[in-house]
Amino acid sequence: MAGKRAAAAARRGTPAAPPPTPTTDQKLALYYWMRLTRSLEERLVALHRQNKLVGGVFRSLGQEADAVGSAFALEPADVVSSLTRNLGSLLVKGATPVEVIRQHMGTADSPTGGRDLGLHFADIRRGFIGHVSPLGNMVSVMAGVTLSFKMRGERRVGLVYVGDGATSTGAFHEGLNFAGVQRCPLVVIVENNGYAYSTPTRVQTAAARFVDKAIGYGVVGERADGNDVLAVYDLTKRAVNRARDGGGVTLIELMTYRRRGHAEHDNQSYVPSGEVDRWAADNDPIDRYLRVLLDRVKVEESAIGAIDARVAAEVDEAVELASRSPSPTGADALRGVLAAPPAAARLWYR
Amino acid sequence: MAEITYLEAIREALFEEMERDPNVFCLGEDVGVFGGAFKVTDGLRERFGAGRVVDTPISESAIVGAAAGAAHMGMRPVAEMQFIDFIANAYDMLTNYVATSRYRTGLACPMVVRGPSGGYVHGGPFHSQNPEAAFLHTPGLKVVAPATAEDAKGLLKAAIRDEDCVLYLEHKFLYRRIKGTMPAGDHVTPIGRARVARTGEDLTIITYGAMVWKALDAADQLGQEDGLAVEVIDLRTLAPLDDDAIFASVKKTNRVLVAHEDTRTGGLAGEITSRINESCFEWLDAPVLRVTAHDVPLASSPVLEEFILPQTADLMAAARRAARY
Repeated sequence: MAGKRAAAAARRGTPAAPPPTPTTDQKLALYYWMRLTRSLEERLVALHRQNKLVGGVFRSLGQEADAVGSAFALEPADVVSSLTRNLGSLLVKGATPVEVIRQHMGTADSPTGGRDLGLHFADIRRGFIGHVSPLGNMVSVMAGVTLSFKMRGERRVGLVYVGDGATSTGAFHEGLNFAGVQRCPLVVIVENNGYAYSTPTRVQTAAARFVDKAIGYGVVGERADGNDVLAVYDLTKRAVNRARDGGGVTLIELMTYRRRGHAEHDNQSYVPSGEVDRWAADNDPIDRYLRVLLDRVKVEESAIGAIDARVAAEVDEAVELASRSPSPTGADALRGVLAAPPAAARLWYR
Repeated sequence: MAEITYLEAIREALFEEMERDPNVFCLGEDVGVFGGAFKVTDGLRERFGAGRVVDTPISESAIVGAAAGAAHMGMRPVAEMQFIDFIANAYDMLTNYVATSRYRTGLACPMVVRGPSGGYVHGGPFHSQNPEAAFLHTPGLKVVAPATAEDAKGLLKAAIRDEDCVLYLEHKFLYRRIKGTMPAGDHVTPIGRARVARTGEDLTIITYGAMVWKALDAADQLGQEDGLAVEVIDLRTLAPLDDDAIFASVKKTNRVLVAHEDTRTGGLAGEITSRINESCFEWLDAPVLRVTAHDVPLASSPVLEEFILPQTADLMAAARRAARY
């Protein structure tokens, strides 16, 4: 009966029982993951400027709470499909700083061996599938991942992110509609950070709020302040629990702001002056969370300092390790297109 | 063992594979309750339940994407395109996601995308297409196109068991027009191996799908009327191509037609011709000739369709030209 009641409540929206408040250790962990995300990205920018990376660096500056808070709501067996600005989600799910740096350097020992860039990597054992550049596609892929959970009766959940821009793709529509009608255990997060490359949200859609799209798909819709890590965690946890209890898909809109350009090459000339500075001064998710930790949770300053030092050491170590990584050799490119044959034919004149 | 149709052979393969492996499931538009637009999946839902025969929204991109996601988790999805023409809607998902996933991340997509392809049924521009050329060009996908009922079953079983994505192009003209006797036991046709459908010494016709039957007709008539001994190679797998089988036949007959129902420019015949040119130039006694559809959309009028698509007479005309060269 309890299961039936929970399922009925789930269909109505927010479950009756809120998830338990995170412990102090969990709250400190949230800070650690956000700090690690930011420090690692800052180091990637430095390496980029030293010309040591292949491809661009796509910052999640100002969006760390959205990625970390949501992924933190998952269990180890759950699967996340991250997006461009979800380095924090990948780290929470077990991706390591050295893997991330190697990916950006395109080394032979990087997760994709130099075959794909940046956060485009996956490890199903740890439960993450990085995105592909055609946006929106991962909603359908995660509909299939979570359909398999349903078919096998596994109590596992999927989480997939799209940006405000990807909501305009056909793949987003098809995937969300498919997952909705199949009642897949899937949480879809729309990260509304104001811009898709240079395109502001008002040019992307006539809809006032992305969360309103949930009505059209017949799924639960929720919205939260994406720069409040505890609010993100709480809302995502509710949606994850709903999915696990058979309540189907939740569409979450997280309100945030992209403080850097699409990638580091982008000078943001299209952004009204003062906008970025205002968000940096008033609404930085890490600054905000530090005030919560120090003033309300009463965490000692020394505890914060210890985390900062740990993060700095971990990033230093990762850079040092990655700097010794070898490059792939050209003929590595032929391997692994298919299981059989194991390698593509080498052209006779090469 | 009684004969069954090409369509029944496909269904038999689905039944047997779903019985054999609980990870195999079907998804697509109208495949469950209705049993599919051509009734290929008829009876599957009654036997295996709605959980393994999934009726989906009209969303080819999501059908393929969801199949890929399920395949990542160890399932063996068989996705149906109601008509293979609509696979164009899933082109992005197949080429950008499915075909690159293993190569980029090591995450495999063992899945089948199947659907009725081909013309000669007056289906018009959106129910008659042959989409193979778009996908042959994409590394990371396999493509098969059975011509016989035996291979319809054997290739589908091989496709379901393959570790990668296989596009299975079943020919709707053949569904109920041809029959075959299924070999006993676990009948699997290996992917990547062509079949010599008819042996001959004077000229080779390399083709696949419904064109195999036209090639066999042409071969019989050329034998009777011209005394030509024509060999017919049924490719069965279009990617990866069976170069060995192609080259062996070329080196034996020295005169070659490459035929397909697909349009001419950028079609598979051009690729096969190039391979023969690169590897068998010294064995050729005549230029390799292509027999294909005209480069136009496939019109629905029977008169127009018959003109557009290659016919037995076209094969005979081309064969005679190659033979007297």
